[in-house]
Amino acid sequence: MIKLENICKSFGLKNVLDGVNLTVNEGEAFLLIGRSGAGKTVLLKNIMGLLRPDSGSIFIDGVDITKLDKQDFDQVRLKFGLVFQSAALFDFLTIEENVGFYLRHHTDMKVGEIRKKAKETLALVGLEGIEDQYPYQLSGGMKKRVAIARAIIYSPKILIYDEPTTGIDPIAVDKIVSLIQDLHYRLKITSLVVTHDLEVGLKIAERLAFLLGGRIIFEGSKEDLKTNRDPRVHQFLMGSSAGPIKEMEV
Amino acid sequence: MYLFRNLLVIIHYVGRLIFFAKDTVWWMFAKARDWKAIKREVIFIGLNSLPLVSLISFFIGIIIAFQTAYQLKQLSSEIYIASLVGLSLVRELGPVLGSLIVAARSGASITAGIGSMKISEQVDALEAFAVDPVDYLVVPKFIAFLICMPFLIIYADAWGIIGGFVVGSTKFAIPFGFYFKLTFDALRIKDVLSGLIKSLCFGSIITFVCCYEGFQPFSSIDVSRSVTRAVVRSFIFIIICDCILTALFYFMW
Repeated sequence: MIKLENICKSFGLKNVLDGVNLTVNEGEAFLLIGRSGAGKTVLLKNIMGLLRPDSGSIFIDGVDITKLDKQDFDQVRLKFGLVFQSAALFDFLTIEENVGFYLRHHTDMKVGEIRKKAKETLALVGLEGIEDQYPYQLSGGMKKRVAIARAIIYSPKILIYDEPTTGIDPIAVDKIVSLIQDLHYRLKITSLVVTHDLEVGLKIAERLAFLLGGRIIFEGSKEDLKTNRDPRVHQFLMGSSAGPIKEMEV
Repeated sequence: MYLFRNLLVIIHYVGRLIFFAKDTVWWMFAKARDWKAIKREVIFIGLNSLPLVSLISFFIGIIIAFQTAYQLKQLSSEIYIASLVGLSLVRELGPVLGSLIVAARSGASITAGIGSMKISEQVDALEAFAVDPVDYLVVPKFIAFLICMPFLIIYADAWGIIGGFVVGSTKFAIPFGFYFKLTFDALRIKDVLSGLIKSLCFGSIITFVCCYEGFQPFSSIDVSRSVTRAVVRSFIFIIICDCILTALFYFMW
């Protein structure tokens, strides 16, 4: 379970997160939604320990990770698999080396075993025969799938997707969405999806939260969203430029 | 006030570099190393730098020989160009120029490489996989610099001496064997050692400055700025370090 209590994070004078409270239950598919630049990625990076919050607590399975030192936090961190917005595949490694990266660094598995496991995991995300290629040889959608394979190879408890469908064509988007749904149910993991694409997000998630102005202004189920009367949520759902959400609140 | 503020900025920067260097050295001994990664860096930093180092050192040797001959002509002692070229290259110009060439070539590339990884979230991805970026990206480069720099500097010295010989043999008809005898007679072990010690210090400076700058960018425009900063600051630190080491060797050795 992920529980965030009053998370604040600022860069210079800009308050990106201003008291975020959020709970993601074990085993659920959760959607964090908000406008581009709302601070969703910053929030994810705080959860992953890539950034430290200025104040507040982040509990992962009951452990406050903001109080852990680097070594202890690395142990908690391996509960997560993170699929980056840009896929973030290592340019200088082959696809097989990218997918097997965790195993190479944190297990005693032999090269042949890692290669076999990487191949199996790539097949799980629908990719075959690309083990010896480099990331620059792949399309955007394929890179995202390789990034997912790299994140699931060590069976993490929580899989986090940062804008998994940004920058790829509609057919690839559909494949990625199906893959996320399939993995969520097949691997029985907690999935946290961060996106500004509501349509995609609603296909995947059971519950969701809406981040605006550094705060969560809505948290609940899809049914709750439909009955919510907050004009800001309504404006976002309608995709309208007219309404209470002004550019300043981005 | 302006000077004081700039001084504080410099002290802060040097302090951060020292912490970065401390992290690198700690990781170097913390676990067994992946020699495949070190080999890749040795090829890039050392072997691939050889053509450029040869070319520049050879011409520097020729230039020093001509400049030395110009002065010695007045004393009718052109024969001493061999020893002067040898000494100035081995003690000073070989290590300094060799390091500046490596900083401009390999150092700039290292900063650009790490910088691109930083802005494309690859450095974050390393951390997400509980792999320390300093351990994974910096330590192999540091070890490669420590391995390559002494060889590169000896190599640069050799090409400079050959450049000097070209002038000595063509302009002053000094025979091959005699030219090299004069060169090596003038050199002492401590001259060679001081050059090698300098090369290790300069190699460390290039690693720490260029890698540290590589971790600073937040956007693609920052990468180009970081590369410029890395090369300029490496040059400055190398020259300051050279000045200190030369003075130390002069007074203490």
